[in-house]
Amino acid sequence: MAEPQPLLRAIDVHKKFGDVEVLKGIDIDVQKGEVLAIIGSSGSGKTTFLRCINLLEEFHQGEIQVDGERIGYTAGSHKRLGEAAIAAQRARIGMVFQSFNLFPHMTAEQNVTLGLIKVQGRRKEEAVEIARRWLDRVGLAERRDHYPYQLSGGQQQRVAIARAVSMEPKLVLFDEVTSALDPELVSEVLAVMQDLAKSGMTMLVVSHEMSFVRAVATRVVFMEAGRIAEEGPPAELFARPKSERLAAFLGRFHGLAH
Amino acid sequence: MTYQFNFDPIFRSFDKMLAGLWLGLWLAALSLAIGCVIGLLVAYGRQSRIAPLRWALVTYVEVIRNCPILLLIFFVYFGLPELGIFFLDKIDSFILTLSVYAGAYLSEVFRSGLTSIPVRYVEAAKAIGLRPWQRQRYVVLPVMFRITLPALANNLISLFKDTSLAAAIAIPELTFITRQINANTFRVMESWLTASVLYLVTCYAIAWALRRVERRYAVIR
Repeated sequence: MAEPQPLLRAIDVHKKFGDVEVLKGIDIDVQKGEVLAIIGSSGSGKTTFLRCINLLEEFHQGEIQVDGERIGYTAGSHKRLGEAAIAAQRARIGMVFQSFNLFPHMTAEQNVTLGLIKVQGRRKEEAVEIARRWLDRVGLAERRDHYPYQLSGGQQQRVAIARAVSMEPKLVLFDEVTSALDPELVSEVLAVMQDLAKSGMTMLVVSHEMSFVRAVATRVVFMEAGRIAEEGPPAELFARPKSERLAAFLGRFHGLAH
Repeated sequence: MTYQFNFDPIFRSFDKMLAGLWLGLWLAALSLAIGCVIGLLVAYGRQSRIAPLRWALVTYVEVIRNCPILLLIFFVYFGLPELGIFFLDKIDSFILTLSVYAGAYLSEVFRSGLTSIPVRYVEAAKAIGLRPWQRQRYVVLPVMFRITLPALANNLISLFKDTSLAAAIAIPELTFITRQINANTFRVMESWLTASVLYLVTCYAIAWALRRVERRYAVIR
């Protein structure tokens, strides 16, 4: 029996910043409903790879497909698609950022409804209803009329998650979403992500929260110097790292934890 | 000191002074509005990939910023008819001049406003699938206006004070009216003191009101 078509497929993705090649050929398939964690030390290219998937970064070679559709570039010549086509592709991919990036002049609810109304063309009442449902689900029903500066970091990040997932994207990219948070606010965000993972959402998660990765990810990839160095189920990868680099990387977190 | 203050002749013409003040406010507000449109277009134009357009806009901004405004007022009012442009009456001519003048300064305000918008907001707008013009319309411009509000307020006050230069082409705003009252009554100190107080109180009131607006719309704290 043939493998089902992967939701995300990356084929030999290369990316350069000037002369420095930060992605040296990334190949990966992600199936629908998977929670893929990407770990690795800073500078390994994991955030860059995530940003290539919704074209916040250009890449120079290779191919990324979402649900069989080639992202960002024409087939064959690797010519960039028009802005409207790229915007339409981005609308089907959610992203949550390290620094929340909520629109500062909009309330929590308006942050969520903007895309529903202006990108998806929904009526305002419908968008508001969807926004309220999601804000309720991330535990912020009471805060929907607050502006970002009136919210804590953890609350802002939960609004940002609601903004991303309310558009029902095919997959959601999480870029170190707890790294900018005070330690006591990390768990409220992780709880929301765990809830989403359980609901079957396809997620790509760049994270340094190893206990979260271990508990929630269905698969882990370890990136090292622009390549995928190791991958596998979390239990296996954490218990028996094959490479010394991964063992050393995990050891640093172990040292921190105890 | 032998000077005897007598404000009575001034107060008899006070309604005229208020009318002049009101006219000045209108001139400033209109010029600010038109200047904002010019300034915004120039600020975006200067990000253009078309080099000759950028050079033309830099030339505009530098010429205007390095010419005395009184000279510009004379140039437009007396000079343009020589070139066959007759349709401007005094007030239109002055509004045109002050708008073009304001546009040059405001373009710099907006240009720095646009560059000071953190790229992360634009990335968030991209990530939810907004198209380029939607990103400008719903994210970049509203944030930029809030960032530049203090500078816009200062510009409005400057423009209002600059409307006194309209007296030079006999537009009946406060300074022109005051000069008439002074000439008719010979109450030199009283005329100009009253006008000064009116300018001061008005500028102060504008500043106070706009500070409240700023506080209302401050978003990045």
